[in-house]
Amino acid sequence: MTVESTAAARKPRRASKRTSAAKKPQSAEPQLVQLLTPEGERVEHPDYSIDLSADELRGLYRDMVLTRRFDAEATALQRQGELGLWASLLGQEAAQIGSGRALRDDDYVFPTYREHGVAWCRGVDPTNLLGMFRGVNHGGWDPNSNNFHLYTIVIGSQTLHATGYAMGVAKDGADSAVIAYFGDGASSQGDVAESFTFSAVYNAPVVFFCQNNQWAISEPTERQTRVPLYQRAQGYGFPGVRVDGNDVLACLAVTRSALERARRGEGPTLVEAFTYRMGAHTTSDDPTKYRADEERAAWEAKDPILRLRTYLEKAGHADEAFFTALDEESETLGKRVREAVRAMPDPDPMALFEHGYADGSSLVDEERAQFAAYQASFADSAKEGK
Amino acid sequence: MAVEKMSIAKALNESLRHALDTDPKVLIMGEDVGKLGGVFRITDGLQKDFGEDRVIDTPLAESGIVGTAIGLALRGYRPIVEIQFDGFVFPAYDQIVTQLAKMHARALGKIKLPVVVRIPYGGGIGAVEHHSESPEALFAHVAGLKVVSPSNASDAYWMMQQAVQSDDPIIFFEPKRRYWDKGEVDTESIPGPLHRAVTAREGSDLTLVAYGPMVKVCLEAAAAAQEEGKSIEVLDLRSMAPIDFDAVQTSAEKTGRVVVVHEAPVFYGSGAEIAARITERCFYHLEAPVLRVGGYHVPYPPARLEDEYLPGLDRVLDAVDRSLAF
Repeated sequence: MTVESTAAARKPRRASKRTSAAKKPQSAEPQLVQLLTPEGERVEHPDYSIDLSADELRGLYRDMVLTRRFDAEATALQRQGELGLWASLLGQEAAQIGSGRALRDDDYVFPTYREHGVAWCRGVDPTNLLGMFRGVNHGGWDPNSNNFHLYTIVIGSQTLHATGYAMGVAKDGADSAVIAYFGDGASSQGDVAESFTFSAVYNAPVVFFCQNNQWAISEPTERQTRVPLYQRAQGYGFPGVRVDGNDVLACLAVTRSALERARRGEGPTLVEAFTYRMGAHTTSDDPTKYRADEERAAWEAKDPILRLRTYLEKAGHADEAFFTALDEESETLGKRVREAVRAMPDPDPMALFEHGYADGSSLVDEERAQFAAYQASFADSAKEGK
Repeated sequence: MAVEKMSIAKALNESLRHALDTDPKVLIMGEDVGKLGGVFRITDGLQKDFGEDRVIDTPLAESGIVGTAIGLALRGYRPIVEIQFDGFVFPAYDQIVTQLAKMHARALGKIKLPVVVRIPYGGGIGAVEHHSESPEALFAHVAGLKVVSPSNASDAYWMMQQAVQSDDPIIFFEPKRRYWDKGEVDTESIPGPLHRAVTAREGSDLTLVAYGPMVKVCLEAAAAAQEEGKSIEVLDLRSMAPIDFDAVQTSAEKTGRVVVVHEAPVFYGSGAEIAARITERCFYHLEAPVLRVGGYHVPYPPARLEDEYLPGLDRVLDAVDRSLAF
């Protein structure tokens, strides 16, 4: 198997030296597949091409802007005490919208807990994502409504579910594909290694989409690997490719190509989207403890939304009216999300006993009855009090 | 075939065959389950008859086996996975506890996980380390899982049928040292509910509560006690999660004395749960404290010591005597 790479790609530059004890493992940064530079220049690539209409380009821009607006609203809602926690995707919009828009309706997505942009592409109502962060459920949307599985919190577990699902797709003789999202931290998990093994030996139609956002909470990618992550695929016998994760066009083109490969029955692909987590790991995290401001600033110059806006403007694909309308749409979305979260009721206490088992359980029945009687005892004493 | 005498191993094989034959969504997955038919030959001949797509030899990675089975279940399949030995299940423990057990609730009931995890368990076969353990309590404690174990060929056949039909994940513990014990199996009878205990022997002086491999030991103990004029009832629990506490209570109220027997360590074992429930439900019916006989709080010993570790006839009878002496 050959590892796909490119001669035309640019080298990403790190602004600061890491404080990590580990030395930089690779002598030079591997090259990235890139179709849109940080300066908003369209560049060509020998292996990946894309030809989008102005309408489609504006669509990608709109997706990224609205996802970022939703994300910002969720962060604000956490600060206001409406959510217990939020895992921001800030900076990763291109990786998620590019890959998400490469999918067909019949494809299936297995996300981590940060794939708000992919959820957006799948048509999952953003407010559905917030229940678990508010604490009213652990997810709760119907995965089969949008072929978007529930968020998986334990790192890397979902790559095996994606692989099994893809094995089922192949058994059914369907030409759908499956995509598994995970991060640089998860790449160290045994489940990810096992999913590479299983998908390779069964030739499962799955794309492993790794968003290498450089940080697993406080640990830099150097703490997870001595080789560029995309090169891991080679040892399992399938191709790996590193794409500029802040370039929505490249992410779309590379993911589309990997999905098509899966559909043709040629098995898995590992895509490493090289990006950056601009915010904290979650709202509970404090990145000032472990990384330098200069690093973030350098990545800010590679912002995924800004570069597409520059291109849209230069190419004359979008006018001021478009951007103004989108601003308004963003604010409407923010307001809708805010109102929906505030209106989200706490679950009924008896919901504790729902959904533990599909076929029910005598043990749960017994405890439900005990709890109901206990609850009812307060109603009785309240009456007596009056 | 209607009534036939067969071993537990054969009954399981026939049951799996029936499941594959009647539901195209049923799959068997595991290490060496194909050509070899499993290290205990429980899946013997199934790959030959149903093909490599339905009886799947997997890479040697237990988490991968269970994790991909979850994905297949999400796609609409009904995987039956084999964990080769009890002590090998722990690499899959995370997938079982964190994902398999909780995913139905996580989705507020919108998806189902009809996965059966077969685990040959228990000691008494003179094996090396990790081949003789009884980890059932570690699974019974986890909400979202159901845990069962047959003690005889008929239950092996029917409980497997019911486990495969269940829309909940089932951990199916197979008493490996009883695999070759034979019994009558009526493949046309109508079985009772999967999670119902059954009275394996009627008695009036004391109740032995057991499941899986210990039911046979308890029946032998009851027969031996009979010679001394003691009437011992044996309750075969069959399901360790949920437990049929109504049946336990009925028998405890009838005899007033209960001894719980299992191979697993007594400490935090299912005997503790049963003893507590009996105390809560029928304290005033008791003539003696509920006693427990089981493994010790030590790693499962080398084969030459396992007869000292495992509850045998004498240790069960000793507990019977202590209870009756109260």
